[in-house]
Amino acid sequence: MSPKPRQPGFETRAVHAGTPPDPVTGARAMPIYQTTAYVFDDVEHAAALFNLSTFGYIYSRLTNPTVAALEERIASLEDGRGATACASGHAAQLVAFFALMRPGDHFVAARRLYGGSITQFGRTFAKFDWHVSFVDVDEPQNVRAALTPRSKAIFVESLANPGGTVTDLEPIAAIAREAGIPLIVDNTLASPYLCQPFDWGADIIVHSTTKFLAGHGNSMGGAIVDSGRFDWSASDKFPALAAPEPAYHGLRFHETFGDMALVLHTKAVGLRDLGPALSPTNAFLTLTGIETLPLRMQRHVENTQAVAEWLERHPRVAWVSYAGLKSSRYHGLAKKYLPRGAGAVLTFGAAGGYEAGIKLVEACELFSHLANIGDTRSLILHPASTTHRQLSDEQRLAAGAGPDVVRLSVGIESVDDLIADLDQALKAAS
Amino acid sequence: MDQSTEATRRVVSDHDYYPDALLRRVLASVRTIAMVGASPDWNRPSSFAMAYLQIKGYRVIPVNARAAGQLINGERCYATLADIPQAETGPIDMVDIFRNSAAAGPIVDQAIAIGAKVVWMQLGVRNDEAAARAEAAGLTVIMNRCPKIEWGRLHGELSWGGFNSRIITSKRRRLVER
Repeated sequence: MSPKPRQPGFETRAVHAGTPPDPVTGARAMPIYQTTAYVFDDVEHAAALFNLSTFGYIYSRLTNPTVAALEERIASLEDGRGATACASGHAAQLVAFFALMRPGDHFVAARRLYGGSITQFGRTFAKFDWHVSFVDVDEPQNVRAALTPRSKAIFVESLANPGGTVTDLEPIAAIAREAGIPLIVDNTLASPYLCQPFDWGADIIVHSTTKFLAGHGNSMGGAIVDSGRFDWSASDKFPALAAPEPAYHGLRFHETFGDMALVLHTKAVGLRDLGPALSPTNAFLTLTGIETLPLRMQRHVENTQAVAEWLERHPRVAWVSYAGLKSSRYHGLAKKYLPRGAGAVLTFGAAGGYEAGIKLVEACELFSHLANIGDTRSLILHPASTTHRQLSDEQRLAAGAGPDVVRLSVGIESVDDLIADLDQALKAAS
Repeated sequence: MDQSTEATRRVVSDHDYYPDALLRRVLASVRTIAMVGASPDWNRPSSFAMAYLQIKGYRVIPVNARAAGQLINGERCYATLADIPQAETGPIDMVDIFRNSAAAGPIVDQAIAIGAKVVWMQLGVRNDEAAARAEAAGLTVIMNRCPKIEWGRLHGELSWGGFNSRIITSKRRRLVER
């Protein structure tokens, strides 16, 4: 392969990718195509669309012009072949795994994940007879050891929630390649501005676009981005993509659509039958949010670095976990995988444990006490009593959400105000 | 590069990467395409490409020895490129090859012989020796690409499926019939 042709810079693509002027009206901003369905030219055209033999819109559960613009923009920022947007990050995970898994199949996931993902994978996926082994990916050999003949994927977060830990993607990608299964990377916390998982061997990226991509805490959404590089036909592990699909008259997605197979399957089968389509209005808000992603991420990481360094010096703080700190065991990995900054989510322990953590969260005046991350506003949460509440004590500790852990998602406000708020709250909590 | 003759002007310098302008020029200049390896089975990849190119206004003549004489998507199938009666079909502008890379070699030579102006080898098909012969004979050669996907990408239709077209522009796209 020759080197990739030069493409416009990340900032240019964040503003322009997927949104040329509207061809009919010349509208420069992406219109919100608030429509459920699209007329066919004639019966033949309808048949061609339903058979997937031509491109076009049928029904907004499958595709919608505003949603497609968002998909192309995210695919461009991750340098992937294409993307499928979903109603939430969880929906994106469900639709992605739906293309890969059959009943009785298995995958290996990092045990440090967003608590909601641990519950989705461990409990709800079990109802589909899909099985997961959670392992400590700090030691990549653990991933290899957990693989079974029915394993169909490896799933990690590039920058893991909630603890400011960085995953060593390269050796894990090598293990996935060796096993003939895709590496799926949740790149939500890093955003494509900070980390480019496809450069390190990931095959599929998933996002909760609700977080830094949309960026303003106003729109749920998710996305699956495919690199287009995985060979679905190399084994018999992925019949949904490589074997004849009865609903499309025996069509084989991978043979017919090549590197577009997974993206088309997630729409033509996943969204069609599971149904979690993204609304065009949310797609519009997310597109608008992404235009400022590079600017916001710069401020997010600048503020987070300052807050982390301040917390680390604070006498009422027992420890700080942020990969941007030299004290972090993940600092070296952060420099490799996230050279522009280690993200905007960190955890720390207030001296005084569980009680102090709860008091601290309640005493904040500027940090909002809520269960989200990646908002322009600064957010604070006590994971053990909220996002990770449904886990066992052991799972909580393993996930980096022990009893004293406080999670911050640092926003883009004046950093002095953020530090002052934490200072008064730490005093109130002691 | 010496651009003094027609032959050298058509030589593509890098078969890993084709500029969009070249692909646009090729797709805009051809009208009749001979598709070698076209299948009578509608759910084969070649049939998807043939039907799409027909919708976009190209005349596609199927070539497949095993289906010679049959109608595929309304067009008579011929056993070889040489069998196509160009007096009836009009000149074959482009030969689109849905065969493996080794089989593409002799097909390229036939494409040169019947006077095609473009040889296009499908995704996964690449034969550099045959490409060099075609270019020496003045043909333009595209390899390891699909004309359906490239047409869709360049006209915005691939973007409808959320694919990365790699096209960044502030210009309004011209509407295309159908």
